[in-house]
Amino acid sequence: MNNQQQQHQKTMDRVQQGLDRRYRQERHFRWLGMGAIILGLVFVSFLFITIISNGYTAFQQTYVKLDVFYDPEMIAPVGETNPQVLSKADYGGLIKASMRDMFPEVTNRREKKVLYGLISSGASYEIRDAVMNNPELIGTKGEVWVVADDDFDMLIKGHIDLRLPESDRRIKDNQLAWIHDLQEQDRVEKRFNTTFFTAGDSREPELSGIKGAAYGSFFTLLICLVLAFPIGVAAAVYLEEFAPKNRWTDIIEVNINNLAAVPSIVFGLLGLAVFINFFGLPRSVPLVGGLVLALMTLPTIIIASRAALKSVPPSIREAALGVGASPMQTITHHVLPLALPGMLTGTIIGMAQALGETAPLLMIGMVAFIVDVPGSVMDPSAVLPVQIYLWADSPERAFVERTSAAIMILLAFLISMNLLAVWLRKKFERRW
Amino acid sequence: MKKLISAAVALSLTGFVGMASARDYISVVGSSTVYPFATVVAEQFGKTTKFKTPKIESTGSGGGLKLFCAGVGVEHPDITNASRRIKKSEVERCAGNGINDIIEVKVGYDGIALANSKKAPQFKVTRKDIFLALAKEVPDPKDPMSGKLVANPYMTWKDVNKDLPDMAIEVLGPPPTSGTRDAFAELAMEGGCKKIDWIKAMKKKDKKAYKALCHTVREDGKYIEAGENDNLIVQKLEANKGALGVFGYSFLDQNSDKVQGSLIDGVAPTFELIADGSYPVSRPLYFYVKKAHMGKIPGITEYLAEFSSNKAWGEEGYLADKGLIPMPTEERKAFKSDIEAMKPLKL
Repeated sequence: MNNQQQQHQKTMDRVQQGLDRRYRQERHFRWLGMGAIILGLVFVSFLFITIISNGYTAFQQTYVKLDVFYDPEMIAPVGETNPQVLSKADYGGLIKASMRDMFPEVTNRREKKVLYGLISSGASYEIRDAVMNNPELIGTKGEVWVVADDDFDMLIKGHIDLRLPESDRRIKDNQLAWIHDLQEQDRVEKRFNTTFFTAGDSREPELSGIKGAAYGSFFTLLICLVLAFPIGVAAAVYLEEFAPKNRWTDIIEVNINNLAAVPSIVFGLLGLAVFINFFGLPRSVPLVGGLVLALMTLPTIIIASRAALKSVPPSIREAALGVGASPMQTITHHVLPLALPGMLTGTIIGMAQALGETAPLLMIGMVAFIVDVPGSVMDPSAVLPVQIYLWADSPERAFVERTSAAIMILLAFLISMNLLAVWLRKKFERRW
Repeated sequence: MKKLISAAVALSLTGFVGMASARDYISVVGSSTVYPFATVVAEQFGKTTKFKTPKIESTGSGGGLKLFCAGVGVEHPDITNASRRIKKSEVERCAGNGINDIIEVKVGYDGIALANSKKAPQFKVTRKDIFLALAKEVPDPKDPMSGKLVANPYMTWKDVNKDLPDMAIEVLGPPPTSGTRDAFAELAMEGGCKKIDWIKAMKKKDKKAYKALCHTVREDGKYIEAGENDNLIVQKLEANKGALGVFGYSFLDQNSDKVQGSLIDGVAPTFELIADGSYPVSRPLYFYVKKAHMGKIPGITEYLAEFSSNKAWGEEGYLADKGLIPMPTEERKAFKSDIEAMKPLKL
């Protein structure tokens, strides 16, 4: 008895002794977990802060007010409305004349060229469009706000360090003086950058936009969804509900899981070999892009759909069969509607993955400079991540902020797609 | 229902085929060095003519020529850009696929800069220094004339040449797939390699060994492959004062507030000095046009006219604003008349 008590005491002591250490270990374990999360958050916030601080200025654009005389001698006689004549006129000349009027002291040919360079080369197209829309402008004078050149824009946004010696700056002292004059006369203004949302790609940063890439992404994802969703769901339903469990279906299952982990560039190579070289589809079009991305997202969709089907309790199937429904009716009337939210969530996550993909598109020629906004799945186009890649590789400084702005847009799309997936799950998911 | 689906599939298929057989825009592939210039011309062309804006893919010079030489027809590109001249093997490959007439157009020149951060002193090197600092194997420093080769033992620039600063050798540059790297190896490294007499003599005896010696970059971490993105190299140089970077002149021009070009053989990489040929590391840029496509694909003739106009590739043209070094007036005239006569390439 005594002995036993002693032994008991010993155990208690040992437990007591070890207790502190065990609590401490648990605390450390929790700290480790928290530390991991904090580290992750620090990285994410660092990413977001750099992207947003680099990119937010891209949503504004510097404009310059010019007094333009729509000189009939330079455009066309007053009353001319033929668009072919109007489109050929020298509208750049009108801008140059206006700049000359403002700075009559600039006479040297070289200096003049620098002066005209303050205004974007796209400004003449703006004036052309204004005149073509309203030919009555010819012969009149008017004030026009035109887009400033990217170096000018960078200066106004404070991206050019004026403390550096003149030779090291993109903006020289004489340009600074002119810009100063313009600012004194209230001719310089920062406005919301609508061009960024309404234009396609351009080599002039101030004229470039993401509309072309956004449309390209839309068409590509459309093709991807139209193909991958029905095929993926059909495959999942067959494998889960009808297929016999034997070695063949095991092999298929292993292969689907493997395909989900294959590097995406492999699908690009496959697309190049099959769709472009064998079927002769054109390069750089959203149709081929969508086909390739559909191949890539199929495994994701199949796996998610099978998981969703598995989570529907067998009692539902048995009840339906019990009241005389055919297997097909059981699936289309009962199982599928219940599994659909899970399938949609998987599909949306797969689509979000496809939206951010560049590597396979490289192989099928979608990494290209395309100015015209695509109008169909057969027009050449780029996609959002490709646009980011191309801008990040451009020498002009003003593309840095545009790259970050495009990343922000892409992130916004990705976040809203993922939120939609979460919402769908919350709203329709049923638990048993 | 089934009929409807099959009808829709059939309709869409014929639609695709119908659309695929007619292309109403120019398709351009090729070098990433020529890409920034070709895209400017394409954009101007699209805005000022009734034609669609050409589509330009950046595939690298070799990749571009491979696509270009794959055949004649709408599914193959019309033009390929190259940062080097077409090779004989590529011309033969083209001919094998039925492309016999290729028009060669030289666009202008591009300088390759060796640059470092503005915060560090400017480098003054010779091509021989570049070769000795970056080659995988160099003449034995103990007895350079013996003809014996050793794995590159130099750790600092001072080891290479006692007039250079005492800084560890660290050069960021493009990977071997890049045309810029090829040109750097050929012009800067081989240029310095040739300065050593016994290696020069080797050229006649064993051209292969000579080329391997002069073009092979060391792989012990002193030369760091920084990817094809020149902007990235500029950013890394800004952060690391001790490093040098290798990239195209247009990036030096755009980032003149952050980085400075080193003097090579006493010549700075400036627009004027590259244009007059005194800067030693500069190369011509080209593009190649499939004659068989002219007249079939709308706008090729007009695109060529835009490219070869003085407002584009002239001394004060918009390509010069983007950092292209224009050809001398005589050379421009010669190429322009070749374009107008559609004179096919003869190697």
